[in-house]
Amino acid sequence: MTSATTPEPAALLDVRDLSVVFHGSHGDVEAVSEVSFSVRPGEHVALVGESGSGKSVTSLAVMGLLPTRSAKVEGSIRYDGDDLLAMTDHERRDLRGAEMAMIFQDPMTSLNPVVPIGVQIGEVLQRHKAMTGRQARNESGDLLARVGIADGSRRLGEYPHQLSGGMRQRVLIAIALACEPRLLIADEPTTALDVTIQAQILELLRELVSGTGTALVMITHDLGVVAGLCDQVHVMYAGRVVESAPRRPLFARPRHPYTGGLLRSIPRLDAPRGEPLTPIPGSPSDALSWTAGCAFAPRCGNRIDRCTSQTPELAAQHAYEPGYEQALRCFNPIGEETS
Amino acid sequence: MTAQLPTLPTGPAAGPGDGATVVGESLLRGAWHRLRRSPLAVAGAVIVLLFVLVALAAPLLAPYEPASTQWAGDVTPQSVPGPSADHVLGLDSFGSDMLTQLLYGARQSLIVGVVSTLLGLSVGAALGISAGGLGGKVDTAVMRLVDILLSIPSLLLAVSVAAVMGQSQLSVMIAIGVAQVPIFARLLRGSMLSQSRSDYVLAAGALGIRRRRIVLGHVLPNSLGPTIVQATLSLATAIIEVAALSFLGLGDSDPAVAEWGRMLVAAQERFGNDPRLAVYPGVCIAITALGFTLFGEALREALDPRQRR
Repeated sequence: MTSATTPEPAALLDVRDLSVVFHGSHGDVEAVSEVSFSVRPGEHVALVGESGSGKSVTSLAVMGLLPTRSAKVEGSIRYDGDDLLAMTDHERRDLRGAEMAMIFQDPMTSLNPVVPIGVQIGEVLQRHKAMTGRQARNESGDLLARVGIADGSRRLGEYPHQLSGGMRQRVLIAIALACEPRLLIADEPTTALDVTIQAQILELLRELVSGTGTALVMITHDLGVVAGLCDQVHVMYAGRVVESAPRRPLFARPRHPYTGGLLRSIPRLDAPRGEPLTPIPGSPSDALSWTAGCAFAPRCGNRIDRCTSQTPELAAQHAYEPGYEQALRCFNPIGEETS
Repeated sequence: MTAQLPTLPTGPAAGPGDGATVVGESLLRGAWHRLRRSPLAVAGAVIVLLFVLVALAAPLLAPYEPASTQWAGDVTPQSVPGPSADHVLGLDSFGSDMLTQLLYGARQSLIVGVVSTLLGLSVGAALGISAGGLGGKVDTAVMRLVDILLSIPSLLLAVSVAAVMGQSQLSVMIAIGVAQVPIFARLLRGSMLSQSRSDYVLAAGALGIRRRRIVLGHVLPNSLGPTIVQATLSLATAIIEVAALSFLGLGDSDPAVAEWGRMLVAAQERFGNDPRLAVYPGVCIAITALGFTLFGEALREALDPRQRR
């Protein structure tokens, strides 16, 4: 059920039937289930969804950063053919930062406030590249220049609070890319930034990863980010993928009512003046579990009787572009309404 | 590919003169600027500085040898000679020069206060770091031990230690230090645990940084602020406790060592006739403790991350 096409060349990251269950005091919560996707070298894949859709938990599971005691991760996560879930903590730690890196949402809190930025960049170089302090310092200055911080080597002694949000995110990107990882996960890298800075940071990310073969997983709720950067899109709702499609067909012809709703709720330049934006009614907290019916049904304009009694499966769709995954989890998709 | 990115603007704060960017200012320096603006902090700092200077320079400032009792004959059961040209603050109950005894008393308070606080700080910090950094069973074991210590009133604990170890300067220091261990251990563990949940710790984990490095290089430096403040406040407590132990007769047994607490005890019998005998050392204790407290409180505010701008 999971993939319509076998991607080639071989996927760098291949996630199959991932589920994450948190053991809480109020019982178990299934944050992610039946999530499958793969990323090839050089490919840019987006996981899209609102808060609580499980996209961040998915990325933390890939990185191996979920608390081992309270979170149970099942399914398979293969990196370069190796099963990450079968590795020891030690082996996974050696991969993190060197092979796979992550950029976090909030640059204000993701840097240590009392450690100069040069030390924070140099630390990862010393850890994974066995550099001396002096080598790491020189390299750190170069890295800062690469992410567009003028005078990089002279700013190594500065503290995070002396930098603006955009600058901090540049520093975090420099740290993530320091060891030239083959997989980069960016978890809402622009959400906490001013709109004007967002575009700069996305442009920077695009420049840094394109042509290097770096595989990028972009976690976002912003379809604008997706449109500019990603090849393959997986839309998530309440912990499951509801629609997978390459970028172009997804924007041109969204099939799942949730994807359609997301697209209608962002402003477009070509829309008639004065046309109101159409929000999706309700909020993600209205989502039901997937046990009886579709979790999106309470907010869905295309709801039919079947939606609240049966749980839709993710079904492979005709692939418009070879090599891309195309799948849909809906009984009554846009354009094929039964009633 | 990345060699040339000149077309990319470097963000609004890239300019050296930009308001958001104060080049070269560290967090501690920011705290220092805030400290200087607060009048209470300045008052506290002045008192602390004076106290330390007086304590260090006591042999130079004191007009007489400490504990010299050549005027003991002048002391009668009814009265002690008051201020005169030779003795600015008069004599004390043993016939020594009051000013000299007060100056040397400051020296004694400083030594015992600093040593005992350092003792409490280092043992407490070691316990707190191992509990907060290692977690799990170590955390549970250490914190139960600390709970036991904490359930005993600190003065009672100090009295017990002093009683077991006998009367000496060392036992006073150990007694007061031991009483401070649980405070430092709890404080440091607590702030380390809350820092461990920070985003930058997660981010460091995402870079494969080793656990020991994360704990010592990231979590610990961020957790030290409250501990520094507590150490300052503990100096005030220690100085009061030194006096209290002496007052209870558990202090240094060497009568040649001038000590504010013991001066208070000696003044007790004569309080009706000569209140000044108790007032001078009492005021010294109060002002010194006040100075450290003011300074510590101001330090707490200056290091508060919510005030960082």
